[in-house]
Amino acid sequence: MSTPQPRSDEVRSVAAERGPLAMEAISLSKDFRLGRGQVLHAVRGVCLGLYRGAATALVGESGSGKTTVARLLAGQEGLTSGSIRLDGNPVDLSSRRAFRQYKSKVQLVFQDPFSSLNPVHTVRHNLERPVRLHQGRKTSAEIAGETAALLEQVRLTPPGKFLPKFPHELSGGQRQRVSFARALAARPQVLLADEPVSMLDVSIRLEMLSLLDDLRNRFQLALLYITHDIASARYFADEILVMYAGRIVERGPAEELTQHPAHPYTQLLVASAPDPDNLGNALRDGADGSRRRPESPGPAAAGCPFSPRCPFAGDRCRAEDPALRRVSDVRAAACWHLDVAAPGVMAEPQGGGT
Amino acid sequence: MSAPILAIEDFSVVYRSPGGDVRAVQGVNLELYASEVVGLVGESGSGKSTLAYGACRLLRAPALITGGSVRYQGRRAAAPMDIVRMQADELRRLRWREIAIVFQSAMNALNPVLNVRDQLLDVIHAHLRMSRQDAKDKAASLLDLVGIPRARLRSYPHELSGGMRQRVMIAMALATDPEVVIMDEPTTALDVVVRRDILTQIVELKDRLGFSILFITHDLSLLLELADRIAVMYAGRLLEAGTAAEISREPAHPYTRGLLHSFPSLRGARRDLAGIPGSPPDPQNQPPGCAFLPRCGYGTERCTSIDMSLAPVASSADPSHVTACPFVLPGTPPPAQPKGHPAAASAGADQ
Repeated sequence: MSTPQPRSDEVRSVAAERGPLAMEAISLSKDFRLGRGQVLHAVRGVCLGLYRGAATALVGESGSGKTTVARLLAGQEGLTSGSIRLDGNPVDLSSRRAFRQYKSKVQLVFQDPFSSLNPVHTVRHNLERPVRLHQGRKTSAEIAGETAALLEQVRLTPPGKFLPKFPHELSGGQRQRVSFARALAARPQVLLADEPVSMLDVSIRLEMLSLLDDLRNRFQLALLYITHDIASARYFADEILVMYAGRIVERGPAEELTQHPAHPYTQLLVASAPDPDNLGNALRDGADGSRRRPESPGPAAAGCPFSPRCPFAGDRCRAEDPALRRVSDVRAAACWHLDVAAPGVMAEPQGGGT
Repeated sequence: MSAPILAIEDFSVVYRSPGGDVRAVQGVNLELYASEVVGLVGESGSGKSTLAYGACRLLRAPALITGGSVRYQGRRAAAPMDIVRMQADELRRLRWREIAIVFQSAMNALNPVLNVRDQLLDVIHAHLRMSRQDAKDKAASLLDLVGIPRARLRSYPHELSGGMRQRVMIAMALATDPEVVIMDEPTTALDVVVRRDILTQIVELKDRLGFSILFITHDLSLLLELADRIAVMYAGRLLEAGTAAEISREPAHPYTRGLLHSFPSLRGARRDLAGIPGSPPDPQNQPPGCAFLPRCGYGTERCTSIDMSLAPVASSADPSHVTACPFVLPGTPPPAQPKGHPAAASAGADQ
């Protein structure tokens, strides 16, 4: 477990162009025991690297294991197998002290700003606590200055207006800003954002993502952006990892992957996104070729987990689970039939986006 | 077009509170024609659900309908009726039989201790006269309608996936063959792939059964594909309405423009995303004039005194295209300074 294994896919990450490797996950796996001898393999063999100043998106549907990956990386959940390295060193969470040190470098932002802030405490309390915990000894004046600065960083100004408020007195967007500020209070290197905008109104999502992008840039955060909205990942991530049934099934540069998806599941995700330019027709014609699909079957127990839903599935797909295979220098996909599913992508392995 | 099936006129709702009345819906006019999908888009707190529930008289105190009428003219009804003035027994006949609602959260709206069949039977027996056997057949055929295997009749809500629960909700709404179906964010909590399947199914059912849909959502990108006409709601008022094509091609109101630039698109070249600065207004503390002013890049002093009535967009090919902003029209160049107007910055908005 301690010996670092070579990455299962020899593919360069475009996120590495932004800065040095901050965090590396090597073959992460997590099983949950369901009772009666049943085991849920929530995460299987996930490898990923997070780089300073870069945003990596983890995209997938609910139940795909993306939140479990975030919880594993945050140290909230023990690994079944695999390892995590921070700044090149294996992560040790054996003692409380080590855990706290780890948390001061790796912070998690949750999806629901309505339940992730302590409702009985003011914004001031919610922010002062992490400052005290993670920033060493400080006078109360320094702490006050720090909390005010945090609110300014997330553009809640003037800070004096927000510090005495309770979470229920804030709008959803303002609460999520406080969550960002709380995560920043630890001065982390790595920020794991689990669906940070999906509970917010469409009109404020963009502002929030721009803020996150700005914070990533300003503090050189290694950002993991977890989302089910692949369109937002196109705009806000350098690299996209697509997850299905606990595995990464495709990875590559955001623009290239969304414009020329290789894996059939990524293709389905892209085809399912709303298309504002296609007024009123796509839904009627069934743009994805199937007007009336039965309820999507769950992942397969054997073979490729996507095979029950895949239009290209053959005998091999139902028998053998494909590993991530190199598609180009910066792209990989786990599919036996890439030549049929994505002939364009395979024909030009260096295809440089659009 | 013939007379609308549902005509909401000058409709207003307030929420009584110790701090004063909160005007949740203010003088809204909205029409729904037969076999039409009208999309009502707005942020949380904009009053879109209050408008829809108010129009069915489903609100209870402290909500109070303070004015307006809701004229309903179904095919089965002899003469138009005003829902606002209906008696309890008339309302009971109207609801579900004529106007059904698909509620937002299927998990909360379904009864967790009854199986799917019993919940469908409840609806059927409450609103239709039918023998027990016919009702059972009907329940099974309703599941066929939404593409759920009949074996699921005995399933409980927690045994169904989110998409299946939402389909059961749709089946329940269609149990009585209603003329109008109000859908309140029916796909918000679902994954993109499932969402698309359900939207496709909704359109197919609508085409087949011929009901009309009032579709409430905060996601304009979804409405552009789904709706025939779109009404944009903000702080209790409509700011703009028109056909989906017109709203997408030639949005007039600055808020609609902001919404259209708020969602990243997957297809086509990368666009500049602007978003909308600031946050929705506090309904309890509304500035005079245009409620959007604090977030509007086009704003001037004049905006504090406009009356917010909807006027036709002269340049539009669509005669139903109306906007509440008399200053910004299709073709008005974007503002130099994108932030909201300072004239209203003190009026309760933040940032």
